[in-house]
Amino acid sequence: MNVPAAWYLVLAALLFGVGAFGLLTRRSALIMFMCIELMLNAVNLTFVTFSRTLSDISGQATVFFVMVVAAAEVTVGLGIVVAVFRRRSSTSVDELSEMKG
Amino acid sequence: MIATSYAVPSVLIFITAALLILVGAVGVISVKNPVHAALSLIMTLFGVAIAFVAQSADFLAAVQIIVYAGAIVVLFLFVIMFLGVDRRDHVSVEPLVGQRPLAAVGVLLTVGGLITLMARSHWVSGAMSVSNDGHPLSSGQGNVRELGTAVFTTYIFAFEATAALLIIAVVGAVLLARRERATGPEEVSS
Repeated sequence: MNVPAAWYLVLAALLFGVGAFGLLTRRSALIMFMCIELMLNAVNLTFVTFSRTLSDISGQATVFFVMVVAAAEVTVGLGIVVAVFRRRSSTSVDELSEMKG
Repeated sequence: MIATSYAVPSVLIFITAALLILVGAVGVISVKNPVHAALSLIMTLFGVAIAFVAQSADFLAAVQIIVYAGAIVVLFLFVIMFLGVDRRDHVSVEPLVGQRPLAAVGVLLTVGGLITLMARSHWVSGAMSVSNDGHPLSSGQGNVRELGTAVFTTYIFAFEATAALLIIAVVGAVLLARRERATGPEEVSS
């Protein structure tokens, strides 16, 4: 008998928590992007687990689209990081405070 | 106890995947050097790919390795190489008072709520197929064929939209990362 789905769901919840904690505490924009990738992967793992549990291929199709959107997001996000680094020579998000009221 | 109620190989595979995922994730958020964080990210992505294979999502596991570990992490490494390692982001320095305890409390509440919801509800019921007329998932056709059929019939418009999204992302990235030629003031800055 295969491992129950709840184990994978708990694992995905823990991975999401680790990613969220890193996103909230780290200040380098690159590390924050990596933490977003961790959270997206946790959600993908949940989708695949439910796809197996419910015998429904739609969960895996959704994961496919999430991967495409993640690739596009990383491409544009790293472009923004490079553009900000040209002006600031830093990737720390604490120094981007012009729009503070 | 665990090994008697479930098959030993699947338990071992789960433990391997869980160790890879969690150690890699903790590595991403705790190391100083961004290059090491990117390598830890590869470890986590590999663990997720193992979990995909263990749950018969073969195509997604291959895509996970090729797209994430092969393209996205390499893109991260290119940007780190291009920018140089930013030494100012020290893990030990805490600029905002109480940021880490508050973040830890919020994350613990979220994860605890998620696990409580899963434990107390009947979402994990083992019910068959909500949209597939009760057919089991692996009906001898193979995972790639089933996923391809779903993507190219049910989700064809979403699939077409991803093509437009990728084109927009490529154009946007080129525009953002382009270095302007330092000539006269008539050059339009991006």
